[in-house]
Amino acid sequence: MEKSFFKKLIQQRMLVLMSVPFVIWLFIFKYLPLWGWTIAFQKYKPALSFSQQKWVGFEHFKFLFTDERFLRVLRNTLAMSGINLVLGFVTAITLALLLNEIRLVAFKRLVQTVSYLPHFISWVVAAGIIQTTLANDGIINEILVATGIIHKGQEILFLGIPHYFWSIFGASSVWKEVGWNTIVYLAAMTAIDPSQYEAADMDGAGRFRKMWNVTLPGIKPVIVVLLIMNIGNLMESGFEPQYLLGNGMNVDFSENIDIFVLKYGIEQSNYSLSIAAGMFKTVVSLILLTAANTIAKKTGEARLY
Amino acid sequence: MKHASFGDKVFEVCNYTFLALLMVVTLYPFLNTLAYSLNAGLDSLKGGIHLWPREFSIQNYKFVFREATILHATMISVFRTVIGTAVTVFCSAMVAYTISRQEYVLRKFITIAFILTMYFYGGLIPVFLLMRDLHLVGSFWVYIFPGVIGVFNLIVIRSFIEGLPESIMESGRIDGAGDFRTFWNIVLPLCLPVLATVALFTAVYQWNSWFDVFLYNSSDINLSTLQYELMKILQNSNASSATMESGFSNSGAAASMVTPLSIRATMTIVASVPMIIVYPFLQKYFVKGMTVGGVKG
Repeated sequence: MEKSFFKKLIQQRMLVLMSVPFVIWLFIFKYLPLWGWTIAFQKYKPALSFSQQKWVGFEHFKFLFTDERFLRVLRNTLAMSGINLVLGFVTAITLALLLNEIRLVAFKRLVQTVSYLPHFISWVVAAGIIQTTLANDGIINEILVATGIIHKGQEILFLGIPHYFWSIFGASSVWKEVGWNTIVYLAAMTAIDPSQYEAADMDGAGRFRKMWNVTLPGIKPVIVVLLIMNIGNLMESGFEPQYLLGNGMNVDFSENIDIFVLKYGIEQSNYSLSIAAGMFKTVVSLILLTAANTIAKKTGEARLY
Repeated sequence: MKHASFGDKVFEVCNYTFLALLMVVTLYPFLNTLAYSLNAGLDSLKGGIHLWPREFSIQNYKFVFREATILHATMISVFRTVIGTAVTVFCSAMVAYTISRQEYVLRKFITIAFILTMYFYGGLIPVFLLMRDLHLVGSFWVYIFPGVIGVFNLIVIRSFIEGLPESIMESGRIDGAGDFRTFWNIVLPLCLPVLATVALFTAVYQWNSWFDVFLYNSSDINLSTLQYELMKILQNSNASSATMESGFSNSGAAASMVTPLSIRATMTIVASVPMIIVYPFLQKYFVKGMTVGGVKG
């Protein structure tokens, strides 16, 4: 057995040569950093060697869960990813349904191409555009003044009002990704058997009935899989939009775990606490993802990789 | 029946109107930024520019492209996009080929080793410490090495190769071609549609990155990228134009023609135009790639 394995390995040396260097790369860049997790259990001092570090057990984790700031950051993370999840799903499915009803192929193509555009710009560019749009002299305030909802001189400083941040984040994410997220649903819709629509026509079903009773059930498997996958990503609320749109005024609502990790780690060089927070996030994500994968397999709808 | 068709018509009109509005909401911010970038700097300060420049001028673009810092940053952006994309596409395709070979003894091990990494992430600081220990901090290669292979790319390409007819690869081997030759001469050309998708995604990622510049190379202006320069401008957007002028090395005469507002708009356009121009041409491919890789129904 052993022998034949090595024999095969030598026989397949070209395949080995083509892949093993990248396995080594994988271990260095993806697995080796896990070693850094030990720092979360130490009172880490950069000048000391590994054996000289003082071990403190779960002290940093205990601190996190009594720290008001971390609890607020955790709340923001869950709130923003929750908003993203619900809003992202509802808007993408709605847009896909509406696009699916368009018979004018050229118009449909145009809307699709335009709606993909914001996906291809960076969050830096997007944040700049959002700041301009929401500024005191931005288009939103201009419209509000023109329609008489607010008076001139009462312009709203949207990014300066803390409890507006989640809505701004949700709306920005939808604006950027809604078109992109329709791709999977639209592909699933084209796979629906046309005879189902014909049968519905025979029964005298109108447009809405067909959307509700044929199209939506037709894409249900895709919706279920994506929903499960996204629940696995509940700890991932993003980093760039919060970092770029966040400011001193809205920090209580914009700061999430990723920003907490960055601020403690890079700006304050408190590696131990930063790694403990990041580790907590990864472990929770791992549990969620594993659970999601198990559920996906059980439902038998499809497999995640 | 007649009533239903009236309802259909109302729906039709509403639907077209809504989707047209959606396009306006998507495009307006870009057109507005474009208008500002093509408007004379001082005039822009009066505000009230919407879709069309009021006082047309290409002064802003002239200023931006004369600025040594920005030119250099653009060059680095182009380099990391081109090199990063080429490296990622080639390496991902090669590994994907090896794990598509059913007879390969390490196939299972390699596949699992890669897929497992989707479930955890070492974290910001551990990765930072690793990059420092590998002497990648303060180096251009920190933009390339960490992203050599993406698991998503690997799986999409593997699925595609597995969908190719086995007979084509067999014919290669009968001709005595080794695995690399089979990969290079036969598999790679057949994979062009999926490679176009992977290349687009990688290029977009590379072109749009700023965080790795901020994290690893923020102290070295020679390794700065366009997105990072734009990010710095945006974060200082409340700063006075004086800071802006001192930030750039150009003479005061040129600087007085432009304002932070118009430079910001111009940089935004320069930073987003390359990807905006490319993606419509590859739409056919990435729509397919997304559906192959996203969900296996």
